[in-house]
Amino acid sequence: MAAVTASEGALLATRGLSRRFGGLRAVDGVDLTVARGEIRAVIGPNGAGKTTLVSMICGRIPVSAGEIRFEGEDITALRPWSRVERGIAYTFQITSIFQNLTCFDNVALAAQRGLPCRGGDAELARKVERTLARVGLEGRGSALASTLPYGHQRLLELAIGLALEPKLLILDEPTQGLSEEEIVGFCALVREIATEATVLLIEHNMPVVMDLAHLVTVMDNGRILAEGTPEEIRANPEVQRAYLGT
Amino acid sequence: MSGQVLPRPAMSGADRRPISLHVGVLALLFGLQFVLPAYDHTNMARIMILASYAMGYNLLLGYTGLMSLGHAMFFAAGLYGAGLAAYYLGFDPLSAFLAGTIAGVGLSVAVGLVALRTGGVSFMIVTLMFAQACFLLTLYFNEITQGDQGIVLDLSAWSWDLGGEEGPLGLISPPIRYNLALLLFTLCLLAIFFLMRSRIGRVLIAIRENEPRVTMLGYHSFRYKLGALTLSGTMSAAAGATYALLFSYVGSTFAGIQYSILPLLWVLLGGQGTILGPLLGTALMFYLVDISSEYTSSYMLIVGVALVLLVLWFPKGILGSLRQRWLPWLP
Repeated sequence: MAAVTASEGALLATRGLSRRFGGLRAVDGVDLTVARGEIRAVIGPNGAGKTTLVSMICGRIPVSAGEIRFEGEDITALRPWSRVERGIAYTFQITSIFQNLTCFDNVALAAQRGLPCRGGDAELARKVERTLARVGLEGRGSALASTLPYGHQRLLELAIGLALEPKLLILDEPTQGLSEEEIVGFCALVREIATEATVLLIEHNMPVVMDLAHLVTVMDNGRILAEGTPEEIRANPEVQRAYLGT
Repeated sequence: MSGQVLPRPAMSGADRRPISLHVGVLALLFGLQFVLPAYDHTNMARIMILASYAMGYNLLLGYTGLMSLGHAMFFAAGLYGAGLAAYYLGFDPLSAFLAGTIAGVGLSVAVGLVALRTGGVSFMIVTLMFAQACFLLTLYFNEITQGDQGIVLDLSAWSWDLGGEEGPLGLISPPIRYNLALLLFTLCLLAIFFLMRSRIGRVLIAIRENEPRVTMLGYHSFRYKLGALTLSGTMSAAAGATYALLFSYVGSTFAGIQYSILPLLWVLLGGQGTILGPLLGTALMFYLVDISSEYTSSYMLIVGVALVLLVLWFPKGILGSLRQRWLPWLP
């Protein structure tokens, strides 16, 4: 089963994906395959190239070499908006919500895509309310995003990603700056999201990674150092040396 | 212009206040014509046309976050498109108006395709350069446009008998002029009002706030900006065409840098990103110039000081500040 999904039914597959910034090889020949329905964590020390990798996948930065396939289609040259249309959503590491707009408008921007223009307003309002409720922000639609506490802004960022109804949701350090309590709620939410979408998670918080991920990919210096189940990664001496520091 | 706090009301669909306010303002403008003295009557007609120009400008600056320093070219495209068509080709006023507006569509699409490849300060410079090129063209083709001197249109052949006691009313008779100016203003106001309540308006505002994020939500932001620039330029051209026809004059002054800066000042004064701000700003500035020029020939100095004070205490413009403090529902 695993072998089949890896070659044929993979949602996302990169081959030799590389990105150079001047002389620096931020990402260097990465082959990453993510199966449908998986929660995949990408971990690694600062500067390992994790954010650069997912930025290439969602189209924020162009690739230097290699290719990206999504549902079997080569999307390497596609612009970001075309990738969103195909089902890739990215939530930012540094919260990038629309501070001066209301929560409703923030989510509606993502939710209104694909809804009929005529008579779709009631449906849009319902969809936005539903999405806000899903992340625990019900009733906050009319609040300006900038007035939300930081943890709620992260949830709003997640709601924007969910409203795009993605097949692949990329979460870039989503728990950064959240309290322990918020993290517990967040993990439950990601598990629920994973029943509908594939999740690619960049995370520093090891308990979260070990708790959520089906498979973990460890990056170091722009390359993949190891890949395996959380247990395998925990036991891998190379990973421990490079990253876990034990 | 991003980073400025220009809040937008949430889900205003259920709120009747915005609609009532704008209908009220339109009714007030209609009613004014029966009470204004002749001098102010003409002024108001002029203000409504210029405010339509400012609303077009505001669509780009206030809602999309793009500052153009060359909108005079669009105003002039309408002005010359209508004026020259009426003068040389004998177009009737409606056809001349359409000719001017179509000229504006063409010019704004062409300029947009080039200028929107830049952003921020570069966009300001590129639009400024385009506008200067257009201004110089109006001088270069002196034989057709008569340059600075301009052309006075004779539209006295166009008149309508509305059954009034004074006989047929000409195109430039005060009642016709006032109401046609009001018609233009109403159309522009409604266009902006409904655009800003639509999903497209939401995307434009989001582009103003954070364009990179908008592309990551699946929007081809260039297309939206081109659409906004085209509508903005077209509205400016429609105002220019109306101005040429109702005031029977076309001249290269209207293509000059001053007419690119004026809408910027009107919008900043009234409140960028508000629907009625352009009208308020245009009217205030118009009368500020009008009144101060009675006392001194250096009236622009007084206008300048007033603007500096305004920017210090009302950096978001009059309606922008009102919205921030007391009227959050103001669109």
